[in-house]
Amino acid sequence: MIEIKRDIVIIGGGPAGLAAAIAAREAGITSLTVLEREAEPGGILRQCIHNGFGLHRFGEEMTGPEYAQRDIDKAREMGIEILCDTTVLSVEADHTATCVSPAHGLTVYHAGAVILAMGCRERPRGALGTPGTRCAGIYTAGSAQKFINLESLMPGRRVVILGSGDIGLIMARRMTLQGAKVLACVELMPYSSGLNRNIVQCLEDYGIPLYLSHTVTNVEGRERLTGVTVAKVDEHRRPVPGTEIHFDCDTLLLSVGLIPENELSKGAGVTLSPTTSGAVVDDSLQTSVPGIFACGNVLHVHDLVDFVSDESFRAGKMAAAYVRGSLAAGAELPVRDGPGVRGVVPQKLRLPVEEEVRLMFRPDAVYKNATVVVTAGETVLARKRSLILTPGEMAVIPLKPQEIPSCDGLTVHIERGNN
Amino acid sequence: MEERIITCINCPMGCRVTVRLENGTVTQVSGNTCKRGESYARQEVVEPLRMVTAVVPVEGSVLPLSVKTAAPIPKALIADCMRCLSGLSVQPPIAAGSVVVANICGTGVDVIATRSVAAVSA
Repeated sequence: MIEIKRDIVIIGGGPAGLAAAIAAREAGITSLTVLEREAEPGGILRQCIHNGFGLHRFGEEMTGPEYAQRDIDKAREMGIEILCDTTVLSVEADHTATCVSPAHGLTVYHAGAVILAMGCRERPRGALGTPGTRCAGIYTAGSAQKFINLESLMPGRRVVILGSGDIGLIMARRMTLQGAKVLACVELMPYSSGLNRNIVQCLEDYGIPLYLSHTVTNVEGRERLTGVTVAKVDEHRRPVPGTEIHFDCDTLLLSVGLIPENELSKGAGVTLSPTTSGAVVDDSLQTSVPGIFACGNVLHVHDLVDFVSDESFRAGKMAAAYVRGSLAAGAELPVRDGPGVRGVVPQKLRLPVEEEVRLMFRPDAVYKNATVVVTAGETVLARKRSLILTPGEMAVIPLKPQEIPSCDGLTVHIERGNN
Repeated sequence: MEERIITCINCPMGCRVTVRLENGTVTQVSGNTCKRGESYARQEVVEPLRMVTAVVPVEGSVLPLSVKTAAPIPKALIADCMRCLSGLSVQPPIAAGSVVVANICGTGVDVIATRSVAAVSA
């Protein structure tokens, strides 16, 4: 077993880990290692060959691999050590990270600070309780994406997609362009959580029907999937008898949500939020365990990689400050979800507020002409109007540096408009 | 006179924009909330454009090469574009941004690599 000391160890070499590493290096930390499980850095972006990334950060539309390459090139230029094929087995509250790799065997890192950047995973079939047989041919949309885009394999020929999240929509187009027949995209809710752009360009362009308020009620097939039954659901999301539609298909793709990948965080004793399934952090992105930071999709599931990078730059900068002993630790105020708001991050604010803090959350429904309001007791600290707020898009409200009146915490809520 | 309804894709509002056409010329656009909606709807009824992204096999490797059209191409040519790419394979080394197919399907747009592939070590 090898033991190595580092100022900062970063778990994960996707967009979050790379941005955190770059920011930490820019803040003067040279003793720094990124541990990446896959053979190459870049994370999920490697398989996201479609375009639409980078508009906010770079002002241009890039594909996933192009976006990732910018950070990989920058990290390499800066001499940042990225160890691939390296799986982290555990992280401890004392900043020890144990990992294995074919090249170095078992290695234990003792770090000044740890940045958690493991990303998220897809909700699997087992979490859905879909009835029917356990046959082959059922994949999460992201697995199918990996097969096609990274391994040159085609998962199937006749496809039904359950869930209309963006990955499912993107895969409807991808499978079609690769010669498969996508029969239907089935969504439990009365609306799609995907972007309009993807509804139009991934479904409508190819004449793929979107069944809203429908779900898969049966899965058939012995060895391989042979068909699925889809039925309408009522307002309580229960299947309505007599509305069944049968599809002959060999493939069912699931795009039914993403969950932050926090197995390692739990082992380190990091407190998780039941709303975001990610760590509870303060505005420096520090978790409940001092010196352990979290950023990107492991903290809360983002829609845009640009925001992941932005958040992760901050985590890298703050972890560097922690290592140098210059991270201010003062009184903390909780930030709570008010009406209309789910999963505000950060959940805690250090006082005094000396630089702008971006409070991020998801609305619990669709709101038009609504206003996001941050309050401390009776005092309004920030207001921001939006033409539209939807659960499919993370909302952000900046909180300017200011005096916070004495109170037991801040609340973020949505004030309905007249529409 | 012809009327077409376009869902705007520029933001989550997803405005239903109504475009009126007389002999193929746009005469009126309504239902949009902002200017982006108008220009999108005008383009979309006259000549819808799309970026195309795909992968192309790399000789001697399981990992294919990801490619994109360097600019959007007419939506009607997507299938032709995919057919043209389907017979193709490429040889490393490949630099990101290099042209994989020039002027695909006569669009005047090149298909370019979106990642680099290192030369195969002997």
